[in-house]
Parts: sequence; structure tokens; C-alpha cells
Amino acid sequence: MATNTYVAHAPGYVDNDGPKIVTRRFADPESHTLERYLATEGYDGLRKAMSMAPAEVANLVKDAVLLGRGGAGFPAGVKWGFMPPVWPRYLVVNGDESEPGTYKDRLLMERDPHQLIEGCVIACYALGLNQCFLYVRGEMALAQERIAQALNDAYANNFVGKGILGTDVDIDVVLHWGAGAYIVGEETALIESLEGNRGMPRLKPPFFPAAKGLYLKPTIVNNVETLSNLNWLLINGADAYKQYGSEKSPGTRMLAVSGHVKRPGVYEVEAGNISFRDLFYGENYCQGIRDGHELKMFIPGGGSAPWFFGDQLDLKLEASDVGAAGSMLGSGALVVMDDSTDAVRACLRLVRFYARESCGKCTPCREGTSWEEKILERILDGHGRQEDIDLLLSVGAQISPGRYPAASFEDAGLSAVPFPPRQTTICPLGPSSVAPIVSAIRRFRSEFEAKIVLDHGDHDEVDHDHEDNHDGHGHAHDADATAVAAGGH
Amino acid sequence: MTATDNPQTTTGVPFTLNGKAVEARKDELLIDAADRHGVHIPRFCYHPRMNPVGMCRMCLVDVDMGRGPGLQPACMMPVTPDIKVDTESEATKSAQDGVLEFLLINHPLDCPVCDKGGECPLQDNTLSFGPGESRFVEEKRHYEKPIPISPLVDLDRERCILCDRCTRFAKEVAGDPLIHFIGRGAQTQVNTFPDHPFSSYFSGNTVQICPVGALLAQPYRFKARPWDLETVESTSAVDTTGARVLVQSSRNQLTRILGLDSDAVNWGWLSDKDRFAYQVTESENRVTEPMLRRGGDDLTPSRWSDATKTAARALRGDPARVAVLGGARLNIEGQYAWAKLMKGVIGTDHVDCQLSDGLPAPMALGLPRATINQVCAPGGVVVLLGPDPKEELPTLYLRLRHAIVEDGVSLIELTPRPTSLSDLAAARLHCVPGTVGQVAAALAPGVSNESADAQPADQMTAARALLDGSRPVTVVLGRANLAESARYTADAVGALQRLVPGVTFLPALRRGNVLGGLEMGLTAGFLPGGVRRAGANFPAWPFVPDFDGKDADGIMRAAANGEIDTIVLLGADPMEDYPDAALAKAALERVSTLIAVDAFVTSSAAEADVILPAALFGESDGSFLNLEGRLSPMLAKVTPPGQAKADWMVAVELATALGIDLGFVTLAELRAELSSMATTFASVDWNRLASADDGPVLPLKRQWVLEFGDAATPPAPSSYGLRLVVDHKLWDQGTMAQESPSLAGLAPPALLHLNPADVEALGLSEGTPAIIDRDGATLEAPWVADPSVVPRTARMAIRLPGFDVRSLLTVGRSVTNILIRAAGGTH
Ligand SMILES: Cc1cc2nc3c(=O)[nH]c(=O)nc-3n(C[C@H](O)[C@H](O)[C@H](O)COP(=O)(O)O)c2cc1C
Ligand code: SF4
Ligand code: SF4
Ligand code: FES
Repeated sequence: MATNTYVAHAPGYVDNDGPKIVTRRFADPESHTLERYLATEGYDGLRKAMSMAPAEVANLVKDAVLLGRGGAGFPAGVKWGFMPPVWPRYLVVNGDESEPGTYKDRLLMERDPHQLIEGCVIACYALGLNQCFLYVRGEMALAQERIAQALNDAYANNFVGKGILGTDVDIDVVLHWGAGAYIVGEETALIESLEGNRGMPRLKPPFFPAAKGLYLKPTIVNNVETLSNLNWLLINGADAYKQYGSEKSPGTRMLAVSGHVKRPGVYEVEAGNISFRDLFYGENYCQGIRDGHELKMFIPGGGSAPWFFGDQLDLKLEASDVGAAGSMLGSGALVVMDDSTDAVRACLRLVRFYARESCGKCTPCREGTSWEEKILERILDGHGRQEDIDLLLSVGAQISPGRYPAASFEDAGLSAVPFPPRQTTICPLGPSSVAPIVSAIRRFRSEFEAKIVLDHGDHDEVDHDHEDNHDGHGHAHDADATAVAAGGH
Repeated sequence: MTATDNPQTTTGVPFTLNGKAVEARKDELLIDAADRHGVHIPRFCYHPRMNPVGMCRMCLVDVDMGRGPGLQPACMMPVTPDIKVDTESEATKSAQDGVLEFLLINHPLDCPVCDKGGECPLQDNTLSFGPGESRFVEEKRHYEKPIPISPLVDLDRERCILCDRCTRFAKEVAGDPLIHFIGRGAQTQVNTFPDHPFSSYFSGNTVQICPVGALLAQPYRFKARPWDLETVESTSAVDTTGARVLVQSSRNQLTRILGLDSDAVNWGWLSDKDRFAYQVTESENRVTEPMLRRGGDDLTPSRWSDATKTAARALRGDPARVAVLGGARLNIEGQYAWAKLMKGVIGTDHVDCQLSDGLPAPMALGLPRATINQVCAPGGVVVLLGPDPKEELPTLYLRLRHAIVEDGVSLIELTPRPTSLSDLAAARLHCVPGTVGQVAAALAPGVSNESADAQPADQMTAARALLDGSRPVTVVLGRANLAESARYTADAVGALQRLVPGVTFLPALRRGNVLGGLEMGLTAGFLPGGVRRAGANFPAWPFVPDFDGKDADGIMRAAANGEIDTIVLLGADPMEDYPDAALAKAALERVSTLIAVDAFVTSSAAEADVILPAALFGESDGSFLNLEGRLSPMLAKVTPPGQAKADWMVAVELATALGIDLGFVTLAELRAELSSMATTFASVDWNRLASADDGPVLPLKRQWVLEFGDAATPPAPSSYGLRLVVDHKLWDQGTMAQESPSLAGLAPPALLHLNPADVEALGLSEGTPAIIDRDGATLEAPWVADPSVVPRTARMAIRLPGFDVRSLLTVGRSVTNILIRAAGGTH
């Protein structure tokens, strides 16, 4: 088995030399079949779980400090403990992965659907519930297909359904296909969507899903990767799990790296143990910035995260450290941009995403994000005004008041503003649009000024078509766009 | 005051509001608590009658919950102990600035041509809380200027601030989720689904609660500027709910009706009929001067004195040969004046303000009454023994729906068909005509289901459990089927009274002020105040009738037999509106003198010898008695057109022509006499009626012993017969709707509804009309297979364009059995 290289049948996945938990079957081209799954400890975790009392399973997950992989990094075991003793109750699996830069859940669903299904059933058993909804993003056709096949096989072989493994435990897993909206990844919007309503977030408080979620019943929402850990965790136990990773972030996690590194891709890593420098430059990982270029900035945790720069390279990929340094690890999506990148264009690319994906429910996000987009477009079209830079910041501050999280900028004597941002909005989507604006202006104000002064009077039309091209990997920009922007000077 | 004698203090939640220590009620939202303490927090999406959604973010205020101040939406936040709220902090002000600037960047700012300008929360909040100027230099969002989303409502999406009030109302309050958000981000808009207009009976409410001029009522569009409008508080007379309204006029023209937020009655909501039927006053077809038929010729305009003289001549004869029909349109004062004129002066007791479509007067007057709030009180059980409230008392329907959906009220349906509330009902007992009494009797404990005419056992069990005495029970009582005698309803009432001691009733009748009419004695056998005629002593009246009169059916039959010489129609149009069309025609043609007091030359008035022009809603002062017995003002905002007069004045004029002083020449004198004669009105303070919140509920808690027979068995259908159910749709060909331009086209075509199983059994095929045969009288009708129709019944609504179902109805029949066959075929 070739290691430390791309895996052809799992596009984008890099099989590196580190320990593996959730991607350990990826090297096998048939890993998605029940046959291969059963041959590789498949459903052993479930057997183990069902030999224990549900509370013991929940405790094991708590002991392991299994952190949520959907973005917030909240310990799954603790979240499970928030459920009041009310039935019916539900498990909802968040497979709506759409954060710009993130493409790990898709691989898990395509390459190892049974691992996810087993995780669902274990979680249901631990939570004493028998109805699980698996919500998969609409665009992920292959994932849908594989999960559907796997579910049929799992039902046929009694891993899901009535009387699981010959016991009297009944658990149903329902596959639901989303309609393609980023916001539906937010758990309360996902719940609304499942209920058949328009996918718009609910206000939290008053109710958190664990207390009142789907149909206002207690509901646990967990990410695909979070639950995919359970097969291994049940087989090997919490102590073995904690052998990996750091004390605060045990185990491994999947990281999706995109942009100007030599080997972008998805890696399973012991996150807390390595630094950004290790990840971007390490031979076992991304192997450095592409030749002839230097790192300009990177996004450490998906499009919603404030940008980091060279100053932050030696930080460990540890949520608490990254938060204190002014950003977040979020969904584990890292976007690397080298010195060919136009900061203003990169900023527009991200802001446009949030403007278009805003659900429209609350005023500041609905109106503010598209205003931001229009200002940035105008600056790039050569119609910028001096006051537009502060206007951008001010519009951003009406969506996210107070000091917005940002990395330190030692040369300018600016210290870090810790995560998270405040919000006048209902959910964090609106404030996410402010991250690129504050990040870019704080660090590269002169690039904005140059566009406003230099482009004045003789501006080339920018070809916006390129910017609409959100590719599947959600790169925050691509070489094309960079070239167009660079040519504009 | 000590803490203990003020319950508020003991349950209050202390918190700090702008530096002052104050208290909130338990579970009270911050926005409401602040209101009560005189601090207005600006808002758009919050509406006190709907669930908060926290969408517009206008109400963000600085709240310190112990971890430092942070912005919180006041409309979503129940006050918790000891929070510190600052509605004037820099952060609050900046958030308000921000939200308003955002709302305005894409707003068209076309205030000069916007109906809402001058009464617009967006204008007002911008003035009070917004930034002075906009920093937005980009192109604004554009949409096609107003698009019609229903026959009554236009939508201007450019003005919409996406507050979700209209959409929430449609879904949560009305239960008609026909308008929705579509699109996302800045392209989010409110719209309807393709080919599904917002045809809700309640669409006008969205116009009223829209905080901008995005939703526009077509009848009002460009008609007036808000600052030109004059307003009075009044009561809608469209049905017996008596929704409280604001009536507005401009230059002596009624221009708009708004719902008044009355806790007791309609919570600010109105049906579109309440809201838009005012247009009837402006109709070109109004009768504005008296009309007289001189010697067989056409009706021609005349002077009042000539008209009243002619009428008086006809009224002078034998009182037993004079009859009065109608009166539900009149206000209480008009009803009293006419009751006195006809009963106390002329001396006839042949008086009926119902047209065989209501409840027997002793039932409507004598059953212990409930209020709307009692019916809707959380946790109660409501028995619907009447029509579909959405079709006949739509505003009451909204209250009932809320009670069921939000307040845990359980509904038992005892109806001849599923209603608009069926989906929400806890027990559905849909009774074939003639069986409702039996079914109700079978609800008693220990009675076997066999006597319940094949009602599903689970529904019977559910209903029995709800009526076990552990929860308060009220009955919404009305006339569900015009093709079925009211005696079966009476049987059911009797059964419920035996089953649930202390059960109270809400008489849900349709016709405007009909309960006022009954209370004022416009019904045979009764005098004002619900006093029985026999043996009554009415000193202010010259005399009281010395015989018990006939009801509408009796009057019609007698007239058709030549036993009545003169009929007075008080706004009644029996030719179109009496269930037995043939009998109405025979009766009106036979009488020697027909006198119509009306605002229109209706089909009946066209037969009259004298028409006396009457004032309509909004044109005369008076009062209204709703189904609870609540007396509320119904005030004049404009003057009646031409020589039309308030109904009570018409009575005075006629008395004068008869050479009699009716005893009052002012409204005040009339009311004083009314209060002294009708004991139920004895304590009414007429001068304070307008200022009293929702009007007093009169003491109508009568405990009459009503004699109801044992549940009667109806005749069986002859061969393959169906039993007919005839009821009303809200939009029909009634005068009020027909003479209101924007309502006239809304009545759907008449259709015969049949259960699919019956369609099959009858061999009807799609596209072929059905022939309905009732004892040889036939009627061809288009039909539709409708699974909601109870098997072995057929349903039709009355007064719809297409065909006249009344040709199948004969008064006096207990039920109406019909035969159906395919047109062209033999059966
Ligand atoms: C705007 C927004 C988008 C999100 N998108 C996703 C997503 O695509 N997938 C996901 O698992 N969680 C997403 N989340 C986080 C979820 O709300 C939720 O926290 C997560 O699914 C919980 O799972 P975990 O505890 O296993 O991480 C998103 C949150 C926000 C605010
Ligand atoms: S912040 Fe944006 S995405 Fe979130 S609820 Fe508000 S409008 Fe919707
Ligand atoms: S149309 Fe009016 S009520 Fe409806 S969402 Fe828009 S602003 Fe709100
Ligand atoms: S009024 Fe509170 S958010 Fe709209």
C-alpha cells in the first residue's frame, strides 16, 4: 500500500504516515462496501457498545473528550448530557458540509459510509433513542448514493432497523437530501429544513436543540466526522484514543488544505501536536508553498475564520491557542494564499459567498453582506472612493459590533483580538463575512488604497465570471482569478 | 401597600431598566415589560398577537446578565431576575442606527406616493432612532412595482423589509400559508406560489400589520393620506362576532376599516368582509330617496311624506294580517324603534329577524351564554355544533383556531361535514343530517355506540373522554345545515345539557345584529329584553300584541295563503335569501302591500309598493349586540346619502304618518326608554359605551328551561338517496358582497360536492353534470368528488353563481333527501 501520497479513488485525500482513525480504510478502493467494512472491524464497535449499558457508552465518549468536528469543537459527550429526560428524542447528523474550503465529510461519506452509519447507531443507542436523520448536502450525489446503498445493506443485515443484532433495540436511520444551501449546515436551520420549512436558523436562546430541537423535542446534532470516530473509539477505548493528539484535543482530526501549497489535500492529523508550519511545509504534509512564491496569508479554519499570516505559523493547531490568537480552527479547512494573491479580490470572493448564502432572515446580514459585496466590487471595478475602506469596516461593525477578532500584526504593533466575534445577527453567518474584510484591511490596507488611487481613471473591466466559479473544493480563490487580478495592475 | 396585597409584587421579576428598578411579570418579554414602564423599544417584526421571531433586529438593546452588557433582541427575551437593561447606551444606539441604515439602503423611499406614508413605522423609527443620512451609493434592489397577490392585496416588494409579519400571520394565525419568503440573501422576497394567489379570507390583516407600505389594500390604494382620515371606534356588523373596528373617512366618504385590538373579541384581526364591505356604502345602486309604486306602475322617486303615508295606510288594518321580516342589519336602537312600532303601536306579533336560517328564538335567547374568552380559555373543551366558522364567522374562527393551536383547547366537532377546524379537532363526529341529536345523546356514559349512527368508535371514545367533566365545556352553537330542521340541533343541545351540567353556549349566528334583533323583540312571542309577550307589562308602549305571532316560515306560508295583507321588509331580501325560494315568491306576490326599508332595490324590494331608503353601516349612530351579549358602539362616520335615514328615524317617520308619537325624537330619548323597558339594558351607561373598552357584556345569563324532545328519528332516504347539506360560503351573492366592487367577483361558482364512493356508486362520470331530483323537481348541477363529504350526503353552498340550490329546499322538512343521476342517463 503506497503511503504518503494521493489516493486515486479518494480524490484529494493524502494517505500520509500518521496514525489513522477515521480514514483508516481509505486506501482500500472498496472501503465503501459492507463486505470490506465487515472485514475491517466493521460494526465491531456497535457489538461492543451493545454489550454495554447505554450510559456506559455515553461515558466512554465523554471520557475520550471526543470534540465536535462541525466547527464549534464542543465535546460530544458533554453535549449528549444536555438532553432532558424527554421522549421522543432525535439524533440528527450534519452532513451538509459547505464551509468554504471544507471537503472532509464528503470523503467520509463516500469512502466509508458504514463507519458513519455505525457511528449513528452507536450514538442512538447511547442516547436511548431510536430515530436518526442523516442530512446530506444536496450536491453530493456520490455520497448520497453510497450512503443509500450502505443503509440498505445495513438494514438487510440487521445493523439498523428492528431488533438490531438480535437484541430488542430498534433504531431507524433516515437519509435526507438537502437542497443546497450553506446555511442549512447551521444546526437549527438544518432542523427547520428537516421539518419541511425554509432553512433559516432559529434564535438560540431561548431553545438549544439538545433541549428543544426537531419538532421541539430533544435533539442532538453531530457532525459526520464526529460520529465516524465511534467505531474505532468503541473498539479501542477512551485511553487508546487519548494516546493520540494533545491533551485538550485528543484523537485525530481531518484537515482539508487548499490553495498555494505543493500538496493540497485532506490529511488526518493529530492536530494539537503539529503547528501550521509543520502542516504547510512538512514533507509528510503539504510540502511547502509552490515554487517561486512566499506565503502571504492563510485561513486556518474555513472561510468564516479570520486570516492568519506568517506571524502565526508556529502556533499549534489547538483550538484554544488559535482562538486566543484571533481566529478559529472551525471545520478544519485551511486555505493557503501566496504572494500572487490579490488581498482585495480574495476578500471579495469570500464576502460574495456569504452575501449569496445569507438566508435573509435578519436585517444586518441580509442587507449588510450584499452592501459589503457591492463596495468591494466597486473598488475592484476602479470606482473606489477613499472613504470606502472605512465604510467597509463600519458596515462590518454593524453586523459584528466591537473589536473583530484578528491576528496580531507585530510589525504594525497590533496585538491579537481573540475569537469569537460579537453579532447583531441571529447566527454567525453574517459576522463571518466580516472576517475577510477586517483581516484584509488590517493587514493590507495599502492594497485597497492602491486600487482606489491607481485604478482611478483607467481601469480594466474585471471579468467577474471567474469569481462565480465556486469549485467543489471551495478554494477561496484560484490561480485564474489571481492572474486576472494581477493583470489589472 | 404591602407586598402581599399586590399579587404583581409577589410574582414580579425585578430588573433594572435604564437605571431604574422595575418589575416584569412572570415570563414577560422585555419589549412588553419596557412598554409597560414607559420605555418604547423600537421594533418591526414583533407583533404582540403573534409568536416573536427576532428577525428585524430593531429591538436590540444592551442587556447585562451578569457577564457584562451585550446586545439582545428585546422581543425574544423573557425578563430574568436582576438583569440590567440599557435602551439608551451607545451600543444600543449604534445597533439601532445600523439596522435602520440597512433597512433603508435598498428601500425605494417613495414615501410621497405610498399609502403608508404618515403612519409608517419605518418612517417613524427612522426619525426617532435612525441615522441622519445614508452612506449607500450603490444601485438599489429593483422589483416590478406592485404585483397583485390576491384580488384584494397588492405587494410592492421594493418596500418590503422582510419582517415576516404577513407570512407569519398567514401561516400561524390564519392557517392559510399562501405567502412565503423565496430566494435568499438580499434577493429574499415575499411572494406567492405560482398560480396560487393569496386568496385567504383574512388577507387584509397583512396590509394592516405590514410595518411599511409593501402590502396594499386595493380598495384603499391612493384613496387618502393618513393625516386626512378621521376615525371612530366602532363595531363590524358583518356577522354576530361583532369585531371591533376603527372606521375611517375622508371628505365624508368611508375609506378604510381597521381591526381594533380588543382583548375580548377580535384581537385586532378582521375578515376581509369586515374590512372591505364598507364599500357597499359607496355603491351607485344605493336607494337615496323614497320610492313609490303608483297604481301598478314602476317604482318612482317620491317625497318621504307620500311614501310614509302610503305605508301607514297599509299598516292600519288588522294587526294579525301585518308581518315584519328582517332587522338583523339594524342597530339596537333601530331594532327597538321598529319593535315598538310594529308590536307596541301596530300590534302585530308576526315578526322575525331570522329568515329560517338561524336558531329558534328561545334557544338563541335562553341558553346560558359564554363569552369568546371563556370559549377560548386555555385548557377548555369546545363543542362545535354549528357551521364552519371560517365560512360564517371568520373572525371568531381565528380566535378558535388560536385557542386550539396555542392554548390547548380541545375541539369536538358535531357537524354535518368536516370544517376548516377538522384537522385540529380532537374528536370528529360528522353526522348525516338528522342524526346529530342521536349522536350527542350517545355520548352519555354507558350508552352504546350502536345508537350513534355508525360514528367511528375511536372518535366517540375521544369525545366522551373530553366530556367527562374534568375540563370546562362550551358549545359554539349555530345552524350548520339549512336543509335540515333546527330541531335536531335542539336535540343535541338538550343532550349536551344533560351530559355536562353548567355547559354554556355561544350562539354563532351569521346575520349581523341578529342577536340584537332577538333581544329587542324582533321575533314572535318576545318583547325587548327577552321578555315573553304573554302577560308582559310594557308601560311605555301603547299596548302589546294579544296573540303569539308566527316565525318567518309561518309568515311566508300565511302570506302565500292570502292570510297576510302587508309585509314590512327590514333590510330583508327573501326572494334571494329565504331558503324556500318558491314560497318566498308566492308570499311576496300575494300580499297587497310590500314595504321595504332598504338601501338597495333588491329582488324583493323590486316587488315593493314603497321603499324607504335606509342608512347603512358607518352612516348612523347606534349600538351592536354580539354573540356574547356584548353591547358595543356602532358609530356614524359619514352622513347617509340623499334622503336616506337611520332606521329608527324611519320608524319615527312612519309613526308620525300614522298619527302616533313613538315617544322619542332623539337617540338619547330612545335609549332612555329602551333601558327602562328592557331590563337587560337597565344598567347600560350609553354615554360611556364608546369609551368603555370593548363594551359591557349584558347580563343574559338566563336559565330558561327549554323543552327539547327526545332525539327524533328522521325519515329514511327513499331509495339510493343522499341527504343534502346546504350551508354558506363567506363570499356569496349577498347584497353586501355584491355591492362592494372589490368583493363582488369573489364568490366561487356553485358546485355539488359528493363523496367519491357515492360518485362511483351513482355512476357519475367526469365532465357530465349531475341531475338532482327531489320529489320530481330537478336541477342540473356541476359536481366535484370531495373526500371531505360525509358518505351518503351531498353538500352545496347557497347563494353562489351557477345554480340556485334553494329550488330543492322546502321549509318544514326535517331533512332533505335527494336522488342523483348522471345527466343524459336514465336511473
Ligand atoms: C453558518 C454555519 C454553518 C455551519 N455549517 C456546518 C456544516 O456544514 N457541517 C457541520 O457539521 N456543522 C456546521 N455548522 C456547525 C453546526 O451548527 C453544529 O454546531 C455542528 O453540526 C455540531 O456538530 P458537532 O458537535 O459534532 O461538531 C455550521 C454552523 C454555522 C453557524
Ligand atoms: S445571520 Fe444571515 S444567515 Fe444567519 S440568520 Fe441572519 S440572515 Fe440568516
Ligand atoms: S410585506 Fe410587509 S409585513 Fe410582509 S414581510 Fe414585507 S414588510 Fe413585513
Ligand atoms: S422586533 Fe425584535 S427583532 Fe424585530
